[in-house]
This record gives sequence, C-alpha cells and structure tokens, in this order.
Amino acid sequence: MKNKLVSAPYLVWMVVFILVPLVMVAYFAFTDNDGHFTLDYVSDVAQYTPIFIRSIWLALIATVICLVIAYPLAYILTGLKTESQSTMLMIVMLPMWMNFLLRTYAWMTLLGNNGLINSALGLLGLGPFKLLNTEGAVVLGMVYNYLPYMILPIYSVMVKIDKSILEAAADLGCNSRKTMLRVVFPLSMPGVFSGITMVFVPAISTFIISRMLGGGGNLLIGDLIEMQFLGNAYNMNLGAAISLVLMVIVLLIMSIMNQFSADEDGVVLM
Amino acid sequence: MPKNKVKAISVVFAAAFLCISVTSCSSVETEDSDDDETAEVQTLTIEDDDYYSRFRNDGISINVYNWGEYISDGSEEGTLNVNAEFTKLTGIKVNYTNYATNEELYAKLKGGGASYDIIIPSDYMISRMIKEGMIQKLDYDNIPNFKYITDIFVNPAYDPENEYTVPYTWGTVGIIYDTTLVDIPADEIDWDILWNEDYADRILMFDNPRDAFAIAELRLGYSMNTENPDQLEDCAKLLKEQKKVVQAYVMDEIFDKMGAGEALAAPYYAGDAITLMDEYEDLGFVIPKSGTNLFIDAMCIPIGAKQKEAAEMYINFMCEPDIAYATTTYIGYSTPNDAAYEMLDDEIKNDGISYLDNDYLNENTTIYCNLSDEANQKLQDLWTELKSTQDETKNKWLVPIFLLACVLTSIGILIRRYIKSKKDMF
Repeated sequence: MKNKLVSAPYLVWMVVFILVPLVMVAYFAFTDNDGHFTLDYVSDVAQYTPIFIRSIWLALIATVICLVIAYPLAYILTGLKTESQSTMLMIVMLPMWMNFLLRTYAWMTLLGNNGLINSALGLLGLGPFKLLNTEGAVVLGMVYNYLPYMILPIYSVMVKIDKSILEAAADLGCNSRKTMLRVVFPLSMPGVFSGITMVFVPAISTFIISRMLGGGGNLLIGDLIEMQFLGNAYNMNLGAAISLVLMVIVLLIMSIMNQFSADEDGVVLM
Repeated sequence: MPKNKVKAISVVFAAAFLCISVTSCSSVETEDSDDDETAEVQTLTIEDDDYYSRFRNDGISINVYNWGEYISDGSEEGTLNVNAEFTKLTGIKVNYTNYATNEELYAKLKGGGASYDIIIPSDYMISRMIKEGMIQKLDYDNIPNFKYITDIFVNPAYDPENEYTVPYTWGTVGIIYDTTLVDIPADEIDWDILWNEDYADRILMFDNPRDAFAIAELRLGYSMNTENPDQLEDCAKLLKEQKKVVQAYVMDEIFDKMGAGEALAAPYYAGDAITLMDEYEDLGFVIPKSGTNLFIDAMCIPIGAKQKEAAEMYINFMCEPDIAYATTTYIGYSTPNDAAYEMLDDEIKNDGISYLDNDYLNENTTIYCNLSDEANQKLQDLWTELKSTQDETKNKWLVPIFLLACVLTSIGILIRRYIKSKKDMF
C-alpha cells in the first residue's frame, strides 16, 4: 500500500503526459478531419518508404559508429584510477552541458566550404571538400550528439564487473584476448543493448540535425512529421499516422533486440 | 517575415559578446558617443490624447502575438520601446510573445488553449483564417489612423473589402548575391541565376514549398497562386532540375551562409537583405524585373479575443506616424503608412529595394492568396518528393515487408528459445 502511494506522482505524470498523448496520436492516425474512422492516412504512409529506409539506415550507421568508438573507450575508462575516471567521465559529459541546437549549429561553421576544417586543409593545399549538406554530415551530427548516451551505460555496466571473475578466468588459463571475448564482452552486453537503444531511438527520429547539417535535401522521418504539423498542408492526421508507424517500427526493432539480449544471457549462464 | 529562434539565439550570443567587449572599455567610449547620439533620440507625439485614455484606470492587459524581432523594443539607443510607450500612454499592459512561422501561429490558434488579442499573420494566412472564421471584423471607427495607410494597401486581395485587417509592414522577395564573384551585371540578374550551373553548389534555396514554387512559377510564367495540378507538376520538374545546383534548402540560415561567403546567390526578403548588406559590403540585392512576390503582414484580431476595443486601440497606436516610423526603421521592412514614409530619409526612399514605384508593384508583383486544401496537399506532396528523391527504390511494399520480417525474426527467436529450454530440461 505504502509503495503505491509513493509511485502516485509518477503514475499521474505518466497517464497525463505519456498515455493520453499516445492515445491521441493513435486516435488522429485512424480518423479523418470529421472524426470518422479511416485507414487512408496509415496506408498513405507507405509512399514515404524511401524516407523510412534512409532514416533507419542512417540511424543504424550512427549507432554502429557510436558503439565502435564507445566500447573501447568505456573499457579503457574502467582500467583507470578512480580519480582519473571521474575526470574522464566529466569530459565525456561536458558537451551535454551546452544546448543541443547550438552544438549542431557549431558544426555548420566547422564543416562549411569556408569553415575551419576546409580552411585548415586549404593551408596544406587540399580541398575544399564538400563536407556540409551531405549524408555523412548528418551521421556525424548524430554520432557527436548521441555518443555520451552510448559511453555511459556501457561504462556503468563494465565498472561493476567483479575483478575476481577476471582473475578466475586468468587462473583457468584464459589469455587476455580470451578473457575479453568470453568474459568481459558477454558480461557487458546489457550495457551495450541499453546504449544501442539510447542512441538508435533518438537518431531515427531526429529532425533538426538533418535540416541543419543535411542541407534540407536529405529528408528524414522526423522532418517529414514536422512538415505535417508546421508545414504548408497542416495535415495532423497524416502526421499522427507517420508517427504511429515510426513508433511501431522502433518498438519492433527494440523487442527483437531485447530477445537477442535475453538469448545472450542464456548463453552466458550455460 | 521569418526570423527564427536560431537567429535570435545567435543575436543573443552576439549581444553577450558585445556586452563583454564594450564593458571592458566602456568608461572611455560612452562619453564621446553620447554627444553624437542625443540628437537622434526619437520622441513620440500623439495628436489625440483623449482617445487613448479611455481604459486608463481599468487595469486591462492585452496579449500580442507577433513575429520574432518584429517590433522596435528600444534596445538600440534612441529608438522607441513601442510596447512600453503604449502602456505609458493608455495604462493597458501588453503581454508580448513571438512565433517563427505563419504555420506555427495557425497551429497554435487551431489547437486552442491560447487566447490572443492581436496577431500579425501574412497575406495568404490571413485569407485562410478569414475563410475558416478564425479572425473577426474590426470596427474601423476605433482605428482613425487607418487614414494614413497608402492607397495600394487598402482593399488587398486577401481582404478585398478591408474588413478584417490593418497592414503592418510589407516587402518583396529578391535575390541576394555576392558582387565579387557573380559576374552578371545587376540589371540582368533574374530568377534563372538560381539555376545557373556555373554557380553549382553555391546556390541556396527557400526551404518552404510556397516560396520555392513561387520562384518556379515566375520562371514558367504561371500565376503564383495557381492551383492547377499540371502547372504545379511542371514547377516541381523545374525545381528538381535545380536541386543539382542547390547547396542547401534553408530559411534564416541564409543570413549566416551569405554573410560567411558559403554561397553566391540566394532568394531573400528585402527587409532582411538590407540588414545583411549593412554588415557585408560585398553583397548586392536585386528585385528581378520579371516580377516577384509582394508580401504584407497585417494586424488582425482573432475570434475569442477578450479585449477587442483595447486591441483596436493597439492597432491604432501602431499606425501613429511616429510609431510606424520607429517600427520600419528598426526592423528594416517597408511601411504601408504614408505619414511614416514621409519621415524617412531620401536615401531609404530611393534605394530601389525598400520602396518600389507603383507601376512595378501593380504590374509585376503578386500577393499570395490562400490555396484550396487540395492544392496545398499537392504542393506538400510534390515538395516532399522533391526533397527526398535520391534515385532510391520506390517499392511501397518495402516497409510492410520489413515489418513482417521483424515479426517473423521475433517469433523465430522465441521458438528457438522454447526448444532450447525444453532440451535443457532433460
């Protein structure tokens, strides 16, 4: 009884600001302007297939790059002295103290034709390269903005791995490569999976990164949804339908991921 | 018209840096500059004080919803803080808030939950709001200063009987370009420069369908308010051709990108172009001879306004010559107020950008009207297609198949685990 009372504020919050809006999204997706039931908007979403595919693809690339960068870093971090660990963690989180929009805006000036990177290359007699307004710039923006969300969960799981387990592995004749592969890696999987979720989900639905760094010619799903509400047509129902389909896709991908991770756990236990 | 948050943020940052640099050497400099500036401080003279004192002791407040950075707020020395002056004169408090696009304003009003007494949308949005019954008729007896409005802005296309609106500012769309790198003489520059392959990847384009299609319609000789699907398709084809040379589709970023020399040419609003050209000498601006869009932002009172008479008083106040002058000089957009126009320097009157001769305005410019829902949807669809095409496979079954594959994998894993757990039991 006591427990229920304590959770009441969050329950109210969740119902009012998460559950009700979700129901409203579903309601608008399946009704037309007059409130009649229709499947038109949901089936209309099919015509935006290329945009969905590009969004999923770019988000996947960004997630993989984040993982490749974050995993070794998290591993190195756990090997440091405690004081240096907290300093390093602070440096990882430092960019998050500044507004997301401003950080992305800064990349525009860095990557431009007359930007810092191209000017520096120009001094060496190279370039200028077209860096801004490309898909690569969009992926870079995603990696830059979401990298901390990959590092932190992996680090927090790795730092909890009992050192005695590693010693036991060494005792039983594992070399460091084998320890890494058979002990550390499986044990850190939960962190990897939550890191992937925390990067992939915001990356697939971002709209400001693709607009600022992609030059507006690389439309992503987030841009498409925003256009339905703040664009010329003001088609709330279509916007809701696209959002709904996106949510279903993300949910499916996540559930598959979770099953894989449950599978991994089974392997580890054996 | 559109000045959005990003710009506002950069302005704030610039201001912050300025403050830091100024305060460090302020003790020396302020004394000299004060002497020069005092002569230019603007004062406000009001003819009819009685009119404004009606609500003096009623403790009324009005909600004004305007574009960002679209009013003189006294932040530059010697300029009037319009809202503060209004409160001082009438005793009516002004709650002033901003929006970034017409569509944002529309969505906010349509969604309900907010009550405004004054809004300042643009032409096509006004006709849409009139059609949908979102704004109310004004009592022009309460707005005597309407007499100052220039003839050509009375009875505009979006409000043919002039029952709902009082124009606030107007302007045109032209081409801003880098005079050092574009070697076409200014009087030969026309919209086709935005398709010029010599400047490939150094051209910027508007990031909203209405303005982008208007430029294509001008090139093809169609009306800027066309609803004909075939004509819209033609425009989309032309814009698709242009995509090869376009560096980016942007709105307010044009300001930064042109300033930093990232791009050579871009379409832009006249009022903002003047501000930009003050900062960067190399930039030039032309209003193409073949014609352009004339936009008007006008003051309206939405349905559900709680203080209609006080709102009309505010509209009247905005039409006071001194206030209209302060507005136009501060934001750089042209004024539809005759008395304020007379107060301007000859230099501004004759710059060929802010104020154009009436023949050109009548013959070669078009004001946007609201399009039908079908035409708007068509425009939006073509625009989405334009912005997303990259020669990708367009099989509309891919997403359903992908979803199905996800479900199947998921079931497969479950089955495998079930079988495995059975095996483990023995």
